[in-house]
Amino acid sequence: MRIKETLENYLFVLPAVTIFVIFYVIPFIWVFQLGMFDWDGILPTKIFVGLSNFKEILFDKVWWQSMGNAGYITLIALTFQNILAFLLAWACDREIRAKNFYRLIFFIPPVLSEVVVGLVWQWILDGNYGLLNYWLNGLGLHSLARNWLSDPQTALTAVAIVHSWKGFGWGFLIFLAGLQTIPRELYEAARVDGANAWQTFKNVTAPLMIPVAVIVAILTIIGTMQAFVLIIAMTRGGPAYHTEVPVLRILASMRGSSRFGYACAQGISFGVILMAVSFMQYKFSKKAKA
Amino acid sequence: MLGRKLVLGFLLATVAFSGCAPQKEAGNKANVITVWHWMTDRQPAFRELAKRYAAKTGIQVNFELYAPSEEYSQKVRAAAQGVNLPDIFGILGEKKVFASFIKAGHVLNLNSYMTADNSKWLNRFFTKALAVNEFGPGNIYGVPQGYYGVPIDVMTIQMLYNKKLLKDLGAQPPETFQELLDIGKKIKAAKMQGLVSGWGEISFIDCFASNYAFNIMGKDKVLATIEGKVPYTDPDWIRVLSLFKEMQENGVLANGLVTMINKNAEQLFANGRAVFAFNGSWCVNVYKGMNPDLSYGAMLPPKASDKHPMVIWGGAGSSFMVNPRSGNKEIAVKFLEWLTDKEQQAYLSEATNNLPANKESVRSLSGVMEQFAAGIDDSTHPNVWGVSEFTPVIEALDKGIQSIIIGEKTPEQVATDVQKIKERELAKKR
Repeated sequence: MRIKETLENYLFVLPAVTIFVIFYVIPFIWVFQLGMFDWDGILPTKIFVGLSNFKEILFDKVWWQSMGNAGYITLIALTFQNILAFLLAWACDREIRAKNFYRLIFFIPPVLSEVVVGLVWQWILDGNYGLLNYWLNGLGLHSLARNWLSDPQTALTAVAIVHSWKGFGWGFLIFLAGLQTIPRELYEAARVDGANAWQTFKNVTAPLMIPVAVIVAILTIIGTMQAFVLIIAMTRGGPAYHTEVPVLRILASMRGSSRFGYACAQGISFGVILMAVSFMQYKFSKKAKA
Repeated sequence: MLGRKLVLGFLLATVAFSGCAPQKEAGNKANVITVWHWMTDRQPAFRELAKRYAAKTGIQVNFELYAPSEEYSQKVRAAAQGVNLPDIFGILGEKKVFASFIKAGHVLNLNSYMTADNSKWLNRFFTKALAVNEFGPGNIYGVPQGYYGVPIDVMTIQMLYNKKLLKDLGAQPPETFQELLDIGKKIKAAKMQGLVSGWGEISFIDCFASNYAFNIMGKDKVLATIEGKVPYTDPDWIRVLSLFKEMQENGVLANGLVTMINKNAEQLFANGRAVFAFNGSWCVNVYKGMNPDLSYGAMLPPKASDKHPMVIWGGAGSSFMVNPRSGNKEIAVKFLEWLTDKEQQAYLSEATNNLPANKESVRSLSGVMEQFAAGIDDSTHPNVWGVSEFTPVIEALDKGIQSIIIGEKTPEQVATDVQKIKERELAKKR
């Protein structure tokens, strides 16, 4: 009877495990295996090169520049995007008028197509006929008008801000859900104890929101480091390598250079880095919570 | 209960994974040919031709459009890996990619068909249209000699000028590079936009640089550079790179050119917002759709040197290949023979404003089309050079040119960077 029950329990998790193994574990192993070959993606023959593709990544300057760019975009997302998301969620959690309307509005950017968002913002930021320069010139701020996406000084930041605008709605939604789980009695108790708004936030809201903030941060890191559609639509990685990101480099290796093996090695290395960063963040947050 | 769950689970798994099974090989349906292509603007004309062919032969031709071209390329590669290619398809990219498809057995050698009846089919085409589909004896790719593709049109990539804007500037189409720079100064003074092109995409900037490399140092030296016998730090290459700096400094280049995609460049030029454009002959159809009243002309990029002729990129614009594994390969070849016949080529040329691959179909071309057609004589293409540059080197050169334009690097720095990558790639090859 007990064996039957155990088998039945295993049967329940079997579909999920099967799907996970077929769509995640096996492809991961295959991609790792392909990373050890020199292969153009078309020829039936592959040349075994061992770990040389992985070794090459270590000395690939453009790859590391793209990692740095993605890191910068992630930093902007972790700070500007998530602080904005939290503040808006906090505002909507209070008894304000038309809060449901705001909730809807704030969630519009994430559901829009990345290509559409990229093209619209490309038009807004266009150096010749862009809306932003039009407004700046209209306000007499001629010195601020520039080619936002072609100027190496501003291109990456412009892309990062658009990415944050596009993504803050997810954080907003999760933060809002988190805020709504905090028992109202705790706020009541804090008020009775004479705590002011800052003390309530510091001693009630903030500690209880740490697990939520960790989830948002991990999702932000994973999502932002992998961003590329928006960047293709806005700059295609240019000017020069100023807005290149790892996924664009993987695509360039695969499509442009026909180096599938190297692209696979880049993909695996990138995945490992992301996993390591997420793990570190998880550990750090556990420590902070303790 | 457990048994029922097992049966249900098995059925669900069967249904779910049946979609993962490989598709049937192409050409299993008799009298139905499937063609994959990426040419959005040509789809209506292709459909019309398919109708005519069905009426004539009873054979149904399905033109399946997959755009944009990057996604199309990916689809063809994936289909090749899964041995699911259709009866007829096109291959985009460098000649080494084409060679890999052939060596993997995905492309039919059309030599015997082309040369039958005293090369009746072969002789229809412009020589340059055929060249990109030809692999000569002892080619570097190790592909058996033959013709592996059927050109359906030809193209050239040239400079275009807006007649009205040029007149407003009091200028004529430039014949020398210095004249171009002088016009650039006028463009800058008038706060107009100069040259627009898809220089945010690798191929256009590469093409422009290559034109001037041929003009400044000649074909032999360009090919010697690709072979690794001449370094990119050679003064002639630095001169080529310096041209971009001079164009930027003198106002020839439009703002934001380094991240501009060709579609945006086409919009700017078609709307009369840019004096010059650098685009392929397919643009005639695009501009016509965007602004039928646009008055413009085509010309070779103005010469920077008198030592060697200006050579532009041109040749086969689009080609179709036949899948040798297709059960319909014979009727697919027959269809392509019909498609490239004089009448069909004339129709395609008229309907899509492209230059026909069949030389007998070139009848009366309009002004700009005639200028593009004239450029065929001055054209070349990397796919016919017999040697090919490493892709990382091409990328470094093109990205380096972007760096020069934005004032981040000097031509000498870019030349040094490119040479380093060239040496790295050569060392890997050894």
